[in-house]
Amino acid sequence: MKLVAPSIHYLAIAPELALLGGALLLLFASALRPSRISNLQATVVTAASSIAVVVIAFFQWSDVASHGARTTIDHAIALDGFSIVASAIVGVGLLLSTLVAHDWAKRANVRNGEFSILALAASSGAVIMAQANDLVVIFIALEILSIGLYVLVAFDRHRAASSEAALKYFLMGGFASAVFIYGAALVYGATGTTNLSSISYFLGKNELLRPGLLIAGGALLLVGFSFKVAAAPFHSWAPDVYQGAPSPVTGFMASIVKVGAFAAFVRVLISALGTQQDTWRPIFWVLIVLTTFVGAGLALVQRDAKRLLAYSSINHAGFMLLGLWAGTVRGAAATLYYLITYAPLVIATFAIVTLMGGPNDTSHAVESYRGLARRQPWLGGAFAILLLAQAGAPFTTGFFAKFSVLSAAVDAGGAPIAIIAMVAASIAFFFYLRWTLSLYAEDALDAPRIVVPWPTALVIAFGVVTTIVFGIWVGPFADLAHKATLLFLP
Amino acid sequence: MSIPIAWYLVLAAVLFGIGAFGLLTKRSALIMFMCIELMLNAVNLTFVTFSRSFSDIGGQVTVFFVMVVAAAEVTVGLGIVVAVFRKRASTSVDELTELKD
Repeated sequence: MKLVAPSIHYLAIAPELALLGGALLLLFASALRPSRISNLQATVVTAASSIAVVVIAFFQWSDVASHGARTTIDHAIALDGFSIVASAIVGVGLLLSTLVAHDWAKRANVRNGEFSILALAASSGAVIMAQANDLVVIFIALEILSIGLYVLVAFDRHRAASSEAALKYFLMGGFASAVFIYGAALVYGATGTTNLSSISYFLGKNELLRPGLLIAGGALLLVGFSFKVAAAPFHSWAPDVYQGAPSPVTGFMASIVKVGAFAAFVRVLISALGTQQDTWRPIFWVLIVLTTFVGAGLALVQRDAKRLLAYSSINHAGFMLLGLWAGTVRGAAATLYYLITYAPLVIATFAIVTLMGGPNDTSHAVESYRGLARRQPWLGGAFAILLLAQAGAPFTTGFFAKFSVLSAAVDAGGAPIAIIAMVAASIAFFFYLRWTLSLYAEDALDAPRIVVPWPTALVIAFGVVTTIVFGIWVGPFADLAHKATLLFLP
Repeated sequence: MSIPIAWYLVLAAVLFGIGAFGLLTKRSALIMFMCIELMLNAVNLTFVTFSRSFSDIGGQVTVFFVMVVAAAEVTVGLGIVVAVFRKRASTSVDELTELKD
């Protein structure tokens, strides 16, 4: 038997090569010269890799715009508008997170080399996940992403909470991965392939001999994804892990895991299982109702800022699922737009949480934010804007993100679920507003002034400026998400 | 006499079920690891069975990937258990109660 190596379109896999290249460079440099890798060098390499990802995305975009979406490496990797935009978001997310982590590492006296290597490797997993056109590739990418994050969550060895969070994340994540790959095995049994395009082709052409296998497989895939994106009732790990992880890691995790997992989720549901929409829609219905309400309802009673933001991210996951539920071009574009706007927002929010946590990263009571905007108007004001954007207040990107998923759902005949989600959004609005108002409370105790190092300040400014500018001037990102989805691999 | 493929699939499903049940009920982190391994091996059995019945090599190749992933997962997982053990001298997940509101 002759072995034929598949042809590789290198431009398609350039983003992950840039990220892995950065990781390997740091790995070898720190192995060969342990004393020479400073935090600054590690941050510069990470930032350079992440900027490279964004630059490559521009080249990929012009390639896809002129030649159309395509697959490479034996159809296992897709190069289309959706994957390009998702990998660009991962690049931006990594860049912002690494700036926050740089300042945190300096304060907490952490050596940054390993941190950057793991962050780069995890980001490459997220990028591959966004491009993967095969269930097995999605599984491997998911593991690259998750294994890096397990270690990052455990990174703060001085706090017992950090390793405890890592163990919980690992056990739940390992369970989710096993469920996911079992789902892939059953789908393989039903259709004879793990390639998403071939699955879709097979389902379009054939009457299934074993429909039960496909339904069981699809359900297990859905459960695996739901664990990863922290959709209720599979969300129980999220508050613990968000709370226990070092704060810069929490921001990083909240952004890139959502991007990678949702990009793959969209591809599996719309590209591979699009013909089975009638089967998965009712399941999604329940998931969305539970996720939005659990997120909004339990956030009301949290006293720890990071736990509160964890529930808030669960609530956001519910809205992203709403775009998937629609299952249309418009729905997928709305979910992508949500991801574009959510990533900088959540990283900037956690940048402020990182600063508030102090050198030991331990003081995260919501109460300690009381009067922040009076003590430090700029920092507090920025936090207020970020919270309102997360709540979906008008003139922020959060508003149009929620609006677009809701209108996509209504468009696809889902008025009831859109209304239910809106009720959950208004509950969520209440706790964001309560927190925002407490920032301006007059009766606050004096607290030490928080020094904002310039890289973190840059991240916060980026988050605030993008949310306001693109919240008012909606066009560019909405167009981008729409065009990216039109360039989706058929 | 050949054994029908359904038997293999049922065996795999039972193994997967035992793994999932153990993971959800056992309280020792190490036994929970073993349960994850059991689940992944049940997946491997399923892939190999289908691969054989389709005469398609794809499923068998996947098994190698799953094995590599399982090994990588255990490496990191045991590292985390050691980190937890150093702080608490226990691997029982019931004692992990620091994270709460």
